[in-house]
Amino acid sequence: MRQVPSATPGPIRQCAELARKDLRLELRAGEALLVTAPFGAVALLLVPLAIGSDAPLLRQVGPGLYWVVVLLFGVLVTLRQSAVEGPAQLAMLRLCGVHPAVRLAGRTLANAVLLVAFELLLTPVAIALYDPDLSGWPWLLPLFPLIAVGLAVLGTLASALAHGLAGRTTLGALLVVPLAAPLVLGATQTLAAARYARQPWAWLFLVLVIDLLIIVATALAARQLEESA
Amino acid sequence: MPSPVSASDSIVTLMDVAVVVERVPVLRGLTLGVTAGESVGVVGANGSGKSTLLRVLATLLAPVRGHGRVLGAELGTDESFAVRPGIALVGHVPSLYPRLTLRENLRFLARLTGRREQAADDALELVGLAPAGDRRAEACSQGMLRRAELARVLLAQPRLLLLDEAHAGLDDGSIGLVEVVIRRVSERGGASVIVSHDQPRLRDLADRMVEIRNGQAVPADEEVPA
Repeated sequence: MRQVPSATPGPIRQCAELARKDLRLELRAGEALLVTAPFGAVALLLVPLAIGSDAPLLRQVGPGLYWVVVLLFGVLVTLRQSAVEGPAQLAMLRLCGVHPAVRLAGRTLANAVLLVAFELLLTPVAIALYDPDLSGWPWLLPLFPLIAVGLAVLGTLASALAHGLAGRTTLGALLVVPLAAPLVLGATQTLAAARYARQPWAWLFLVLVIDLLIIVATALAARQLEESA
Repeated sequence: MPSPVSASDSIVTLMDVAVVVERVPVLRGLTLGVTAGESVGVVGANGSGKSTLLRVLATLLAPVRGHGRVLGAELGTDESFAVRPGIALVGHVPSLYPRLTLRENLRFLARLTGRREQAADDALELVGLAPAGDRRAEACSQGMLRRAELARVLLAQPRLLLLDEAHAGLDDGSIGLVEVVIRRVSERGGASVIVSHDQPRLRDLADRMVEIRNGQAVPADEEVPA
């Protein structure tokens, strides 16, 4: 077998390859979109059943509940079993010369793609059940990816921290939810501001800043996390 | 990045290395040298530290005492990151993704390391797995997975090959593949460290044998100092 000497691809290409592999694994497992997403839709359905058909109340709480469900069930998307690498696979990736930060970036990218799909799947369910005021809908366009990225990074970080521990899913969720609370606050307040004709830029900026902070923190911790795995 | 070693250079130098795993001392003052073109067989009782030694050589585990160099990089320092692509470790647990096919696994590794996808297909062909290339790893037998791991080594073209339980799961027809892989590494000026419980076969493959006893490496059949 003759081979051309390899030139190690750049971090962006490696990141894309890792994300592609993760998405292919998820496509085969169907854990995030075939199990968790319907579960999230059921959670949205349970609230109207619990509080009754009070349309004004449902309209008022709908956006907030949507983001809470995205947070709680989105964490499960990021902690899915199909994204867990065993020690042998981790060793293989390390010996492929993949920088720890690149490995986490690849996982984050795949998580973010799945979370955007998750948000999009839940949106029509929330609209049908809660009939929310959609006047500020254009603000959803930047919110969807920003919230997805924030949750994706936090989920990746929590997954790496809880790697190999018993109760990984519960512990991971416990780590992510408090840290993601400002993201939910930013998302709900952005939409509320738009609904009442106020400028929501400040809230959107808050979400962006939180995203950047957790990206930087995760990148800085990546090598330590991997070497201690 | 450390300069590449020439054919006459040392591939591995471990001096008085101690390693602790989960607070248990496993290697205690181990000294070992491996030169280019050499293949070293490692034997030892269960739990003696053979797999731990391979992880140290793969730069995945840093010594708590002593020092060592692998492919010119000092263990436990940032230098080791740079030489990792020159090391291949085949452990006793398969490293392939179970839900990907054999071909997808190898092509993924090819793309990740900047090789052509065709190289992955060629490697599968060489180990006789081309017809099973579209089978998911989870649907393959232990022997097929082992052969796929050897294909991974052929694809990676390492300077240092680390084989744990080299013959496990391989049938008589496939055992020759281990020799092929080791020979290719040696021909490129690399070296192999091979762990196996199949001592007669290991003696045929290895240029010399060492035994891990009391956390130290001694020439096989030699008494360890008290």
